[in-house]
Amino acid sequence: MKKMILSTLLLLLTQATYADLKLFVCEPEWAALATELGGDNIQVSSATNALQDPHYIQARPSLISKMGRADLIVCSGAQLEIGWLPMLLRKANNPDVLPGTPGFLEASNYVKRLDITLDSDRSQGDVHPQGNPHIQTNPHNILLVAGAMTERLVQLDTANADSYQQNLSSFRERWTIAITNWEKRASVLRGKRVIPHHKSWRYLEDWLGLIEVATLEPVSGIPPTASHLASLLDRFGDKGADFIIRAPFQSEKPSDWLSERTGIPAVLLPLTVGGTHEASDLFKWFDDIINRLLTAGDV
Amino acid sequence: MRTMALGVLWVCLISSATPVLAQTESEIDALRAELAQMRADYELRIAQLEQRLDEAEEKAAGQQAVSPQSDYQPASQSDQWQPEPYVGQMTNSGNNTSNPAIGVIFQGQAWSYSDDPDDYQIPGFPLGGEAGPLPEGLALGETEINISGNVDDKFTAWLTVPIAIEDGEVVVELEEAWVETMTMPGGLSLRMGRFYSNIGYLNDKHAHSWDFADLPLPYEAFLGGQYIDDGLQLRWLAPTDFYLELGAEVARGAKYPAGGAANSGVGSYALHLRSGGDVGFSNSWQAGISYLQADADDRESGSEDDPLVFTGQTDLWIAEFVWKWAPNGNSKQRNFIFQTEYIWRNEDGRYTVPGASALPYDTDQQGWYLQAVYQPFPQWRIGLRYDRLSSDDPGQAFDGTPLMPSSHDPYRYSLMADWSNSEFSRLRLQYTHDEAGFDDDNQWGLQYIFSIGAHGAHSF
Repeated sequence: MKKMILSTLLLLLTQATYADLKLFVCEPEWAALATELGGDNIQVSSATNALQDPHYIQARPSLISKMGRADLIVCSGAQLEIGWLPMLLRKANNPDVLPGTPGFLEASNYVKRLDITLDSDRSQGDVHPQGNPHIQTNPHNILLVAGAMTERLVQLDTANADSYQQNLSSFRERWTIAITNWEKRASVLRGKRVIPHHKSWRYLEDWLGLIEVATLEPVSGIPPTASHLASLLDRFGDKGADFIIRAPFQSEKPSDWLSERTGIPAVLLPLTVGGTHEASDLFKWFDDIINRLLTAGDV
Repeated sequence: MRTMALGVLWVCLISSATPVLAQTESEIDALRAELAQMRADYELRIAQLEQRLDEAEEKAAGQQAVSPQSDYQPASQSDQWQPEPYVGQMTNSGNNTSNPAIGVIFQGQAWSYSDDPDDYQIPGFPLGGEAGPLPEGLALGETEINISGNVDDKFTAWLTVPIAIEDGEVVVELEEAWVETMTMPGGLSLRMGRFYSNIGYLNDKHAHSWDFADLPLPYEAFLGGQYIDDGLQLRWLAPTDFYLELGAEVARGAKYPAGGAANSGVGSYALHLRSGGDVGFSNSWQAGISYLQADADDRESGSEDDPLVFTGQTDLWIAEFVWKWAPNGNSKQRNFIFQTEYIWRNEDGRYTVPGASALPYDTDQQGWYLQAVYQPFPQWRIGLRYDRLSSDDPGQAFDGTPLMPSSHDPYRYSLMADWSNSEFSRLRLQYTHDEAGFDDDNQWGLQYIFSIGAHGAHSF
């Protein structure tokens, strides 16, 4: 009996050793990017799906076991996952993926973060002093993270280095062409005024030249209140904005309420891969964001 | 174009500045000198004007480049990945950029009881440790200071210092002070110091993260609130796809339900086994079983003035089960938590009742609770809890003592509603109907919980 338990344990341990490179990512966009870059050499699991708010998930048992077996963790960082990632790291007992090791990649370290602030306090909501963490909505950032991720894949799995490098060049080529197309199509959106639910779209705004005139949340992280919505109605009642934007995991009620009274179109945009039916991969995700804005803006 | 304009300006200036009639050579010479002087002055002024014009033009050009009307330029960064992170925005994913991270939790409450809470007892279950009703009336709860940080590349440390008011005195306690390894191989970690034992589901949860203002009856009766002690804890996470965690603890045995640091200061042992997983995207669960063996050496419980004294051994088993549901796992909008625990305890030893000699005591007791908390929309939650105890008859020798259970099993039910403006603030209203004490009691409570500083990360 004892022998059987021991041999079972040994089998489990050796299985863990001889598998592909295991990636644990915090958000679906990094899972999609990892699949582009890692192909068949890696296994990816994502802690969140596109219908979840990545600020507010829990360090649940299934995530602890996945993190315990991971070789590389990829997260947006900039405190986006602060409510659960430190707890997962503590419970997972995995020294290979601690911050500061090659097994821990904080994606937002490799892009230019917007809205870094030194004098924030929580009366302005749950602001992130290290900058807005929703870096994925500018495709230029995706390319920067692709470089960083490839470097880590190569470092952790040198045997497949060539394959990772080839995947990166192929991805870079296709992605650059796609960016040119998106920018051409979206040029008519420049200067459009947007009211997002939460400050989730700062990098999209920066990329496409959209102007954020207000948010549905009174301050970051606090759900929209009736009085704040009423003040938005006062300010933007006569078409003072062009789009009201929300992500799939945000309630549709506040944006619909304001849209009905102001005539400003309410647009649902996928914040990540899988956020809408159409956004089924990295490329189709940005296609869909731009399609939805163009359709709603009738331009 | 600009040169021409300046030339015209120059001619105008000269012509307007020379309404002079030449009379003598000397006068003419003087006038010439004056003219030369004026000319030099104007040239200087014009040069200055030209310079200002240039500056203004440069400035205007600069503004145009960033104005939204200009032709679009992609973000001013290269898409070529740089091997080094951007300097000046490097971060870790810890909960504070400063080291250590500091957080303070403010708690306060107001409770009203239909019976006097000072006389509260549960017959058959003398309360020990921190157990007992919250103070009546307006009162400050524990003000909890949490300090944490990594010691070096191998160890991390945590300190919890609550400041409490006990009988009008300000008391600074040392609730938690532990150091834990981060880099042990094989899925192991070792914690040393003072910590909440990992037995049961609620035992290691700080008060500010409870879903009700107080602990359920089995925790009050069997663990004196929560079991905290000084010792070592070894945890092992199995390298399996499903979650499986094993833990073992050895502790000093100075705190209820242990007591007196028996066995030369190695007075308690604990084990836990925990598993859990997801069912689809919307459901997740955790279940576990734990065992605690604690030696008690002159352990006091019951009334503070006339305590009961127990010497012997406590064996305790806890089964826990938690189920959480949120549509698509997006708990911020809507979620539901079901939670239950069952505790079985045997105490075997000798009880000294005030005014009597030590009597042999060997009794099995049980307790359980069920609770459900529902968040119908962001910020608001409602909850219902039922908790109950039962005890075997300890024997006739204990007739008329606090160790003799009453004829009916003690139970309570509680209703709560809370509102959280953000994840850092919570206000709660709770009603409890208590049939655990001597008399039925209706209890109403208001509670606040606020936190500042380091962003807390909560376990499942």
